[in-house]
Amino acid sequence: MGHFVPHTDAEIAEMLAFLDLSSTDELFAAVPDALRLAGGLDMAPGLSEPDVAAEMGRLAAANAVLPELVCFAGGGVYDHEVPAATRSLTFRSEFVTAYTPYQPEVAQGVLQMLFEYQTMVARLAGLEVANASLYDGASALVEGVNLAVASSGNSTVWLSRGVNPSWREVLRTFGAGTGHDLVDVPVADGVTGWPGDGQAGAVVVQHPNYLGCLEDLAEARRVADRAGALLVVVADPVATGLLRSPGSFGADVVVGEGQPFGTPMSFGGPLLGLFACRLSHVRRLPGRLVGETVDVEGRTAYVTTLRTREQDIRREKASSNVCTNQTLIAVACAIQLSWLGTGGLRELALRCARGTRYAREALLGIDGVTPLVGAPTLREFAVRTPVPAATVVERMADEGFLAGVALSDEYGGGLLVAVTERRTRSEIDQYAAAFEKMVR
Amino acid sequence: MTPHPRSESALTGGAPGGRALSAPIMGRAEEPTVFELSSPGRSAWSFRTTGLPEWTAEDLVAADHLRPEPVTLPEVSERDLVGHVTRLSARQYSVDLGAYPLGSCTMKYNPKLCDDAAGLAGLAGAHPSAPAALTQGWMELLGDLAARLCAVTGMHAATLQPPAGAAGELTGLLLMRAWHRDQGRPRTKVIIPDSAHGTNPASVTLGGYTTVTVPSDARGCVDVAALRDRLDDDVAGIMLTNPNTLGLFEEDIAEIAAAVHEVGGLLYYDGANLNAILGVTRPGDMGFDIVHMNLHKTFAVPHGGGGPGAGPVAVSERLAPYLPGPLPAVGDDGAWEWVTPARSIGRVHSWHGNALALARAYSYILANGGDGLRKVAEAAVLNANWLRERLRGSYDMPYDRPGMHEFVASAASLKRTAGLKAVDVAKRLLEEGFHAPTVYFPLIVEEALMIEPTETESPQTMEALAQALERIAADPGGAAAAPRSTPVGRVDEARAARRLIPTWDARPGSAGPE
Repeated sequence: MGHFVPHTDAEIAEMLAFLDLSSTDELFAAVPDALRLAGGLDMAPGLSEPDVAAEMGRLAAANAVLPELVCFAGGGVYDHEVPAATRSLTFRSEFVTAYTPYQPEVAQGVLQMLFEYQTMVARLAGLEVANASLYDGASALVEGVNLAVASSGNSTVWLSRGVNPSWREVLRTFGAGTGHDLVDVPVADGVTGWPGDGQAGAVVVQHPNYLGCLEDLAEARRVADRAGALLVVVADPVATGLLRSPGSFGADVVVGEGQPFGTPMSFGGPLLGLFACRLSHVRRLPGRLVGETVDVEGRTAYVTTLRTREQDIRREKASSNVCTNQTLIAVACAIQLSWLGTGGLRELALRCARGTRYAREALLGIDGVTPLVGAPTLREFAVRTPVPAATVVERMADEGFLAGVALSDEYGGGLLVAVTERRTRSEIDQYAAAFEKMVR
Repeated sequence: MTPHPRSESALTGGAPGGRALSAPIMGRAEEPTVFELSSPGRSAWSFRTTGLPEWTAEDLVAADHLRPEPVTLPEVSERDLVGHVTRLSARQYSVDLGAYPLGSCTMKYNPKLCDDAAGLAGLAGAHPSAPAALTQGWMELLGDLAARLCAVTGMHAATLQPPAGAAGELTGLLLMRAWHRDQGRPRTKVIIPDSAHGTNPASVTLGGYTTVTVPSDARGCVDVAALRDRLDDDVAGIMLTNPNTLGLFEEDIAEIAAAVHEVGGLLYYDGANLNAILGVTRPGDMGFDIVHMNLHKTFAVPHGGGGPGAGPVAVSERLAPYLPGPLPAVGDDGAWEWVTPARSIGRVHSWHGNALALARAYSYILANGGDGLRKVAEAAVLNANWLRERLRGSYDMPYDRPGMHEFVASAASLKRTAGLKAVDVAKRLLEEGFHAPTVYFPLIVEEALMIEPTETESPQTMEALAQALERIAADPGGAAAAPRSTPVGRVDEARAARRLIPTWDARPGSAGPE
């Protein structure tokens, strides 16, 4: 038998006899002969556990990671520390091997973790309610725009080019089904230049934006009001440790990428879609929502609630099809935010900002390296380089650095550099020295 | 009702394994929230010594952007945090504790070797934007996984981007849409059986199509005559789960495929139940054009309390040019490179999908191999049929014939005779130390109990589960008070919706959010 099927041959025979069958083939009598796979799957036989480990180890070794490659890349996924407590607690198998809490009486662990997660995400956003997670920042953006369009009754979406280009592509992909009219709004010198007039259903801005620049959220709110639109803000949750919350500027929906809180870069997945909105939109909230209630004896208990919004009940009238989401990553996020605490989140954001300023000044001190845009930045910045950015990334890899993310022609090229709390002064100095040597 | 007459001869020898009644779910006491455990000024954080200049927040952020007060978060020691989360974990049932026969969700045991694989620093530490030359290992893993998924499904090419089954469904429908657009004949309708998962019709709407429902026949399969009535050249395709949500194989699938193809429609395979047919038959051989898989069900990615999963989509050759990109491919020089298909519908994920979940599934497929995967299907189908046969005397079996990896029983008679509803059976089973089946789904079965034992539960566990379900049917009195031995008793769901408290700050008397 396969490695993980416990039945002995004798037990299989006994169970087949109970069914008046004589072979396992007869279990599949309903499958017409013409459709049977003759000769089995075209795949090698199974491997032992150590052999699988060796093969996975070979594949893992064929990727460049720390300490061989020091990461200065961001663009939505960042090299933050994942402390031992977060790793250890997140991977308790009670969380890892449960499923969606359909039976709340035996799922209070996951439910309460999600309730605490929702509370912390809502506080970061400065809004009243957050859901129990979506797949990634891009899917949270898609759902946020869907909510805004449904709520406003206008399918025109003013989409700042300062929003992560890969997320915008995802929005465009799904827009083919929902029929949204996506209008790209250009960025000038690092900040979105909104249309002076017209009507829209959603105004979408990222803060800090993809180039790392701070946007004017008060202006975005005025633009949305003028256009009759909801304001959807894509927020960097780490930067929120220092920046005024999007909610305080009047955002209707706040979405973001939660990977920086407790999840390694993981080649870009699993990630964590953060989603918060005003309480007045809660009936259109996508995905799961946990609420506090009581059990029959009046004790505090938690349960998934407002379930009538969801696909399994509303079916074709549901405004979202989300079922399985990213619960375990949300659990990691809740643990990490508790580990950071009030002071730690601020300290984290401050340390990222310090490293970013230090690295930016070091790179701009190199002949031929200039700022791509002029607007102030916080934890990520873009520079123009004397050789194409893709070449910079390629050559810097030989020096042991992932130099950043090469920007597309949409932004006029350039290199996007991110510095997290993990980067030391000496790493940044060595990075700048290698950079100088490489562009000279 | 009485236990099955043959139950005496069933697998009673030896100690019943997996009798989860002994599982250490404790915690009848309420656990305070982490906010209540906070003490101002306490902290757990610890950061690397960097040697960087200690610029202040005011140095770094303009006053109009600077937050006046920090975000209020819990202030706890690491020890208190560990205690809190560990106590919460003890109030949570899981596959590692015992059997979890939640129909349609495939809650099988997840081998620990897959956890090790996903934890490798060379996989978990990679940034997704790194040039292909620096991520050859990841690209080979993803490329070979896609090839193996194609081998399993009989398809031509696959995208691994969709992060869950529902995301895979919508991706598949957008592929369908792009295909019909290029055929010069955009269509408006997608056909779905009345037994389908709720994600199917929701995805159809988001894909810009209208749902047309086709009824099931008396045998629990698609009513082919009713399907023919609904077919015309405005039908973009049909979404089918096979085996379907009743656990029954759609025996007329070849005829269905021919009929749908005849009007120019496409066949979409919902892979929720692919685990039942691994190595036995393939969606591609049945005539399907688009297949989504739920790797967390089929290939043992642990469900994480509700994700992360993975929902890759595989397609036939004619649809391959439309797949989301980029896809890993071997270039002329033998190295892996990223290639975006010519007519790609565009990305459906920020990067390459739930990569670590994909790595877990890959390690599981390596461990099983072609031979092991077939045995997964055999044991899953064997366990389900054994349990169905065993429970025939205790519960109604609305579609009473051999099925595949799961079956749908009904508490309809018990409800009429003894007031025992499906939800009561579920709550009683929790008391017995097992997770409950899926209840009230599929919608076409009254008081439905959808039971999927999975292949990893031993015959002894199956016996213990059968005895528990028989006890519940034989003694239906007082079930409304169940469950009594769980961390909390029956939860007031109506109150949660009526008096919505979605955050700690929304509790009565709270100061509210900042």
